[in-house]
Amino acid sequence: KTVCDLNLSSVLMNSNLVHRADSFFLATKMAAPLTLLLIVAVTIRAVLFRSSWAELISERVEVVSPLNAWKRVVEGLALLDLGVSPYSGDVFHETPFMIYLFHFVVDYAEIVFMVSPDLVFCLSRFLTSLKQKYALESDRYPADCLELLRSPKEMFYIPLKVAMFYLLNPFTILSCVAKSTCGLNNAIIALFILCTLKGSALLSGILLALATYQSIYPLTLFAPALLFFLQRLYIPVNLRRSSFWFFTLQYAFIYVGSLVVITGLSFFLLGSWDFIPSVYGFIFSVPDLTPNIGLFWYFFAEMFEHFRLFFICVFQINVFFYTIPLSIKLKEHPVFLIFMQIAIISIFKSYPTVGDVALYMAFLPAWSHLYRFLRNIFLVSCVLLACSALFPVLWHLWIYAGSANSNFYYAITLLFNFGQILLVSDYFYAYLRREHHLTHGLYLKKKDGTEATLVLK
Amino acid sequence: MAAHRCGLSLVCILIFSSLAHPSSCDTLEKANDNTAEKRSISEVNTDGSVAGEALNERQWQSTDAEVDRSDSTTHSEALTPAAARDEFQEELVIRPLHSGDIYASFQFRTLWDTDFLQEGQKVSHYRLFPKSLGQVLSKFSVRELHISFTQGFWRTMQWGQPFIPSPPGAELWVWFHDTVSDVDGNWKELTNVLSGIFCASLNFIDLTNTVQPSASFKPLGLGNATDHRFLRYATLPREIVCTENLTPWKKLLPCGSKAGLAVLMKSEKLFHSSFHSQAVHIRPICQDEQCSSKAWELRQTLNVVFDLHTSGQGKKEWSLFKMFSRTLTEACPLASSSKVYVDITDNPEGELFELSPATPLLGQAVVLGDRRTYSVYDLSRAETFGQLRSFNLLLRWKGDSGDMLRPLLHAERYVAGFGLQTGEIHTVIYNNHPYRAFPVLLMDSVPWYLQLYIHTLTVTSKSRDNKPSYIHYQPAKDRHRPHLLEMLIQLPPHSMTEVTVQFERALLKWTEYTPDPNHDLTSIVPVKEESSYFVRVYTEPLLVNLPTPDFSMPYNVICLTCTVVAVGYGSFYNLLTRTFQVDEPSPPLSKRLANLIRRMRGVPLLT
Repeated sequence: KTVCDLNLSSVLMNSNLVHRADSFFLATKMAAPLTLLLIVAVTIRAVLFRSSWAELISERVEVVSPLNAWKRVVEGLALLDLGVSPYSGDVFHETPFMIYLFHFVVDYAEIVFMVSPDLVFCLSRFLTSLKQKYALESDRYPADCLELLRSPKEMFYIPLKVAMFYLLNPFTILSCVAKSTCGLNNAIIALFILCTLKGSALLSGILLALATYQSIYPLTLFAPALLFFLQRLYIPVNLRRSSFWFFTLQYAFIYVGSLVVITGLSFFLLGSWDFIPSVYGFIFSVPDLTPNIGLFWYFFAEMFEHFRLFFICVFQINVFFYTIPLSIKLKEHPVFLIFMQIAIISIFKSYPTVGDVALYMAFLPAWSHLYRFLRNIFLVSCVLLACSALFPVLWHLWIYAGSANSNFYYAITLLFNFGQILLVSDYFYAYLRREHHLTHGLYLKKKDGTEATLVLK
Repeated sequence: MAAHRCGLSLVCILIFSSLAHPSSCDTLEKANDNTAEKRSISEVNTDGSVAGEALNERQWQSTDAEVDRSDSTTHSEALTPAAARDEFQEELVIRPLHSGDIYASFQFRTLWDTDFLQEGQKVSHYRLFPKSLGQVLSKFSVRELHISFTQGFWRTMQWGQPFIPSPPGAELWVWFHDTVSDVDGNWKELTNVLSGIFCASLNFIDLTNTVQPSASFKPLGLGNATDHRFLRYATLPREIVCTENLTPWKKLLPCGSKAGLAVLMKSEKLFHSSFHSQAVHIRPICQDEQCSSKAWELRQTLNVVFDLHTSGQGKKEWSLFKMFSRTLTEACPLASSSKVYVDITDNPEGELFELSPATPLLGQAVVLGDRRTYSVYDLSRAETFGQLRSFNLLLRWKGDSGDMLRPLLHAERYVAGFGLQTGEIHTVIYNNHPYRAFPVLLMDSVPWYLQLYIHTLTVTSKSRDNKPSYIHYQPAKDRHRPHLLEMLIQLPPHSMTEVTVQFERALLKWTEYTPDPNHDLTSIVPVKEESSYFVRVYTEPLLVNLPTPDFSMPYNVICLTCTVVAVGYGSFYNLLTRTFQVDEPSPPLSKRLANLIRRMRGVPLLT
């Protein structure tokens, strides 16, 4: 038995050494494709910016929402120039920081929008560090699960894949060419994830506060970030332990403190609290029913007036509702929890755009090891692809040709959201199943020795 | 005569006559000194600044009395000195239009010598002034009230400028006293009360279609307070004007429709016309030149344009009987003056049309920048009615009439773009004057469901950018208030100025759509322009289609969307609460039964 142990350890040591050598070797090898990818991505955007498509894309309701349309940012700046508070009307719903950011860089807006996805791309480079650690700890899993773990080489291509998935995703490109400020929000969230994974609680708290300030919903990312730090610092999640409370309070203080500071700063920038109802009230009460890819617009256009408040509460709760159960279920896997939260936000938020969808889709290559457990990935991809193609078609039929009505477009948004829900729950299922296999072995047997099937009970 | 038509028109006259028709001054010596006097005013006005306009406004106030005087001297009939102090005048102006149509404009003017401006004064005695309106004025502390109901659109290009312009539908603008604390509350109540008085849907005026223009409206009567917090303006372009609005309007007259000019107002004729507009204007004015005492002036006007072709016969011939299916038999006994005027400016030698009975009386007045000549028929004189005891004016066209002078200023607007997502409002303002530039104040009120983008606003004249010197923009709040855009633009001479602004259409809640929205949704946007000499031009209302949801399926949508949310909830709930287990198929039924029996017998179970 000792021989066997020795053998195993030497194999592991070998693999470690190989891995390090590999990683060094690959790091030099990766630089070229990454640069190439970056050049391709920037070229595509630059070409589209200059083409006549840019204007067309920036009008698409799938790509821009009242919250992040570039046209509305320009309108807000124009109002500011006229001496009218941008929040006195119902056009502008960006935060005061955004006004002041664009006040100075409005001429370089294109560059800002080109740079922001690259920030996300930076994130992808560091996602890997966590994964590698994960893989090296894998020796405690049953032997037959080794095929479930990813080889270091596979791991090393994840950043490239994530970058590719984000930068070359048509959704991201569209959102970037439309100059939707969604790209900036995504960049903030990506930076937050990056700082979290790098282990910087201070920066992570500040960036999370900034993301919350921008669009309120990232609030739910507090839980996974906290879990991640606790895990990193080897603090068990135990309500009776003072170290747990100490760190939780510390992180919460950073978060709430920076949120208060940011909000206070915006008050001093603007000299009024007008932006609170205009930004957050607008997000929560859904007064603008312009069609988008979400579930809210048609539902509330058709809603009976006396049920409106009730259903607004029900629909908004959806985003926040899953945080606690998911945190309990996935408390060992905060990174996956982040993915789940971002996906839920982008499905159930009041004004979603394809840019939000692109953010959580960028995570999908990171879960490439789950592919073998996905049940209906083919169906879901077909649904999502078909919907993406049908959005503009049915929009044209309804709005321009007049040969269809709103139900056609609504049906497609419904299907698109259905596809997204299936996708996310499928990944969730696959993740849980893989965890089960990691602890119980890949090839499960029944009591009588025949091959067993796993069911949820 | 036209002196009391409107102070608005009077000012423009003066300036205009000095500018556009300087030659006419030589021929008409009577008003020459007057014109020279006012030339300075025009110089001030043409500077085109807001301050200039405010100044002009004040000057206009003070000139009102003077003009009144000059006018009355022209007619060689002095106003009866105010013995009874209350006074009622009625007049009918008929202007043959070159298209062969005919424009008839009634004006009933009631003066009431009561000083409402003093607080706490209870007024209970009403003689000529309608009590319903008097009570409204005192209850809601109204300083000025202007209300108009219009059916049809005034075609400036064919008909020239109207005496009193009004937009299609209903228009209401009110100045409140500056002692009013809750202006919006008063406004809300006032619209409801007026809605009852005039049998109109004025109760649909709420915050979503009320604006407070900062520069476009000034009080027309006494008082120089121009704090626009006390001003409310609203239009209801969808308002249909019909008999039920005319009847209460006629009841406000001292003689009702029993005597005087009001006899002519038969609704089946008045509404069988191309254009019908009735209005009520109330304002405080000076009783005399020194303004030692104040009075309330109620002007009820009714303008109607009869169409040559709808009248049935091809002959270009008009008479009172043909127009109104009535003739005049007497003046209103309560009226201090009762007159019929026919505009014969273009017909000095009777070569265009022929009037019968002819009248020796001629009057002259300057209306909207034109010196007009009128034949005057005084109904208070017995000889007007002749032996038949009835007065039927006959107007027979002799030949084809020439072209109208193009109106100096006119405007039109349209919506550009296709599809139901975005669009562009184009407002085109023409200045046909060969060498004069005019400052124009453009006011635009757009309902909230059209989301305007002010950064796309462009003003171009002669294909060059024309930057407005003053912009007041108040963006809309969803379901609370409309957009308000006011701009001061300088119109270059002989030019076409185009103002464009882009908008986006909103999808409304299914209960917010007007009836029959698939057919047309009138989002009406009246534009007003005021140049320095106060001509107001309204453009046509716009028809804008909005995207609509399917009204028939709220239940389906609620069910389907909730299903999708429930699918999400269900699958997450499933994964969150359950754990993976190896599926052990339950033993077949026979085995289970056997085991049951074995358990009862205490025998080891089968596996």
